[in-house]
Amino acid sequence: MDTLNLAWLLVAIPLVSSAVLLLLGRGSDAWGHWLGVLASAASAVLAIVILVQLLGLGADDRTANVHLFDWIPAGDLTVSAGLLVDPLSVTFAILITFVGTLIHIYAVAYMSHDVDRRRFFAYLNLFIAAMLVLVLADSYALLFLGWEGVGLASYLLIGFWNQNTEYAVAAKKAFVMNRVGDMGMLVAMMAMFATFGAVDFDTVFGAADGAGEGAMTLIGLMLVLAACGKSAQFPLQAWLGDAMAGPTPVSALIHAATMVTAGVYLIVRSGPIFEQTPTAQLVAAIVGAVTLLFGAIVGCAKDDIKKVLAASTMSQIGYMMLAAGLGPIGYAFAIFHLITHGFFKAGMFLGAGSVMHGMGDEVNMRGFGNLSRYMKVTWITFMAGWLAIIGIPPFSGFWSKDKIIESAFVGEGWQPWVFGTVALVGAGITAFYMSRLFFMTFHGKARWNDGKNDLPGPERTPHESPALMTVPMIVLAIGAIGLGGLLTIGDSFVTWLEPVTGHVEHHEPVLPIPVIMVTTIVLVLLGAGLAWRQYAASAVPVAPPTGSVLTRAARADLYQDAVNEGVFMRPGQHLTRTLVYTDTAVVDGAVNGLGSGTLGWGERLRRLQNGFVRSYAAVMLIGVIGALVVVLASRV
Amino acid sequence: MSLVNYLVLSGILFSIGSIAVLTRRNAIIAFMGVELMLNAANLTLVTFGRLHGDLHGQVIAFFVMVVAAAEVVIGLAIIVSIFRTRGSASIDDANLLKS
Repeated sequence: MDTLNLAWLLVAIPLVSSAVLLLLGRGSDAWGHWLGVLASAASAVLAIVILVQLLGLGADDRTANVHLFDWIPAGDLTVSAGLLVDPLSVTFAILITFVGTLIHIYAVAYMSHDVDRRRFFAYLNLFIAAMLVLVLADSYALLFLGWEGVGLASYLLIGFWNQNTEYAVAAKKAFVMNRVGDMGMLVAMMAMFATFGAVDFDTVFGAADGAGEGAMTLIGLMLVLAACGKSAQFPLQAWLGDAMAGPTPVSALIHAATMVTAGVYLIVRSGPIFEQTPTAQLVAAIVGAVTLLFGAIVGCAKDDIKKVLAASTMSQIGYMMLAAGLGPIGYAFAIFHLITHGFFKAGMFLGAGSVMHGMGDEVNMRGFGNLSRYMKVTWITFMAGWLAIIGIPPFSGFWSKDKIIESAFVGEGWQPWVFGTVALVGAGITAFYMSRLFFMTFHGKARWNDGKNDLPGPERTPHESPALMTVPMIVLAIGAIGLGGLLTIGDSFVTWLEPVTGHVEHHEPVLPIPVIMVTTIVLVLLGAGLAWRQYAASAVPVAPPTGSVLTRAARADLYQDAVNEGVFMRPGQHLTRTLVYTDTAVVDGAVNGLGSGTLGWGERLRRLQNGFVRSYAAVMLIGVIGALVVVLASRV
Repeated sequence: MSLVNYLVLSGILFSIGSIAVLTRRNAIIAFMGVELMLNAANLTLVTFGRLHGDLHGQVIAFFVMVVAAAEVVIGLAIIVSIFRTRGSASIDDANLLKS
């Protein structure tokens, strides 16, 4: 039977599981986490079955529309809910469910001491369901449903420990900054309705080359804005660092492997729109290039292991955005890097979680050092992720990132030189800060109190994590080692995505490919060597040194928060205060003034009714006399 | 003798009556003031009836007297009843409706 029509189950299983866990409440505490794992695993199996079936079909038949129901029937306007099963969405479905399941398993152990573990799994399942809606949707409207769903799940999970005010604030920050991007998405959808009268992919993409460039540019730019919000790209990137407040499995799944890559998915999916608007494409590429450097610079200065990884995520997604902004030549490589990144970055986050687990939830890398002796599995798996992200052949990251750097050098005029150089330099900086993280954590001298030395801080007893945590790390590490090379053989991944991204002739970069490749590797080795000299061969101070101006700026996220506060938050606050003042003084003032004025007049009029008959009589007499005078005067 | 003198007398009586109503606190006195005003009005009606040579004015004066008689009965009854319940015949004390 045709399993493609069962694609809806992919979404339904985790969604039902999430609902069950939330509705049963504490009653399902004992087995809730296993239900969560099971739901995610079932989706993963189904995704693999669908993948196998697609592989069995010819390249041109690998697209199936699964109509579910008419979602919004309103007169001439009908928005139907349907799933689009094609190589791109299935690739994502595999990534989400497979990595998701591994992280679910990991979280069983990682969250075992948390009283709210069941609620955590309910949210994780909700996230999986929403993310699958996002990538499987066949219209922007349904995509937006998933888009908001993952935003909600992200909010709930960042603020999972919301008894800590700081974490709750971080969740709110992520939510609010995502809303800015969502506005872009909404405007893009409205523009689509205005231009095409529909928001489903088929209609929009079919009519895209007939539409005016102005409308296309508006839609494209708004989609880039949406992608910036969700994928933490410049200038909406500030929330990602704070999002590390969530439990580490959340950081691994949502803020590294899947949700933050939704922006890249959006741009690749909207390829036919971006075809029509070079402006929006260029903007996407510039955003990617800026974020790439931004994240890399921030990553060099942070001492919090999770924040370094967050900055690195930002930077790597910058690579993907850059590739997606290059147009069809970059789409496949953007997705390729997204997949390999999903594996090695999730693996490293889980490794960081394992380190925290063994070190009493310490995140400051200056308090680590020499952990390779105590956590062998974590060390080895983390090393795989580290080698993959800095792009040492033959690890995964080399294949995907190298392709992006090559693509960045393709083109005419100033663009290949600028984008290519940025991508190259970014690779070097990436190597530096990731090696810094790796050496500071696992090598060098121990900088924590083991009970025998006289170092400050609470006593630590680093130990390897349980198998439930190490096995997912090992699986992800295997992906980090082999996946990139495997998918590169015979360009199989690029060919697989061709039904979506279109076939692209090979373009020659402005520099010869071997030159680019060698330069990249030299820069990477240089960066890694520098980090080795500074953070492994020589002692790392426990207290952070003051550092140069750049270091201090990078520690403060290049003052992005300050800029946001100065440019948006404070004027916003002033605006709201002015509005509140106007409301109380003018609007309320008018209403209250009317009331108290009436009251005052009533008070005065009341005095006339003094209860003395004689004064009434006097008033009557005066009135009669007055009336007489008027009558007589008018007679004369 | 000019009939105008009657009108002047009527005006004087009316003034005295109204001043009595306005200035005196005792309900009986104020009531007497009202009667005086009514009679001043009667005198005017009779005078004008005489002046114009028809009987309308005098007929109306009779009506007024009948009404005044009825009014005296009711008014005095009210005053007596107020005096019995409140122990005072001062019209300034009769302010229950106000408070």
